[in-house]
Amino acid sequence: MQRIIAGFLAGLSFGAGLAIAGMGNPLKVQNFLDVSGNWDPSLAFVMGGAIMVAFPFFQLARKLPRPFMADDFKMPTFQQIDKPLVLGSAVFGAGWGLIGLCPGPALLSVSLLTPQALVFVGCMTAGMMLARYVAGVMVKRRMNAA
Amino acid sequence: MTEFTPYTSLAGGVLIGLSAVILLLANGRIAGISGIFSRLFEPGTLANGKSAWVHGEKGWQLAFVVGLLLAPLLLMAGGYPIVQVFTGGLPLIAVAGLLVGFGSVFGSGCTSGHGVCGLSRLSIRSLVATLTFMGVGGAVVFVLRHVIGA
Repeated sequence: MQRIIAGFLAGLSFGAGLAIAGMGNPLKVQNFLDVSGNWDPSLAFVMGGAIMVAFPFFQLARKLPRPFMADDFKMPTFQQIDKPLVLGSAVFGAGWGLIGLCPGPALLSVSLLTPQALVFVGCMTAGMMLARYVAGVMVKRRMNAA
Repeated sequence: MTEFTPYTSLAGGVLIGLSAVILLLANGRIAGISGIFSRLFEPGTLANGKSAWVHGEKGWQLAFVVGLLLAPLLLMAGGYPIVQVFTGGLPLIAVAGLLVGFGSVFGSGCTSGHGVCGLSRLSIRSLVATLTFMGVGGAVVFVLRHVIGA
């Protein structure tokens, strides 16, 4: 139950942060990406503010034996720069540039119940399931080859 | 045209950082939206046959998404306006949604998981991912606005 409450509070804080920062507006995000046009550097301040707060705690967590409400820290350990990382990030970036929504603001925008937000999140969900399926097939192939 | 909002954007960023710290210290997990949301659609049973909603990760993941959806409603109820301007029609939005969903999961993260948490962990993978999606995103906007002139 404690983990669920922590998850809820984290979601609430995340959503409030995105909304207050103006990141629910795809035009504002596109304007961040438009360096040579009407550049709006706001998104850099959002990321900067978030990293400024999170950075010391991620360093602190390395020294903690376990988190307060769960059995273990589950942090990524894989370090190789592989094709899925670069290819996936490039595909994500292309979609992000086309409309100006990444997954967090996309979910946030669902609450506005506009057809645009609903279509985006529906298609985003389908894309995510497809990626999990493709990644699963790739893992199976690698195991069969080994 | 949108106005540069350094103060509210920094304040919003601090709240997003706080969210990452809550998940890290309480649950020992990364606040990555693409990972949290996409895993909600995975099977609800753990390897030991127990429910993933009660004993696994899905309970807090669902609570996170509920909190994320609730926040803008509370802000709007309190009189805080949330502006949403789309520059493309529904077909373009659908394509963009597919690309964002596929790419963020295939690349193991999005702006939050790689951009905020990954950079805070000093992860090289996340740095490469962040530079890649920002670079490609910038290139796509450049083509849309300054080459095609949309």
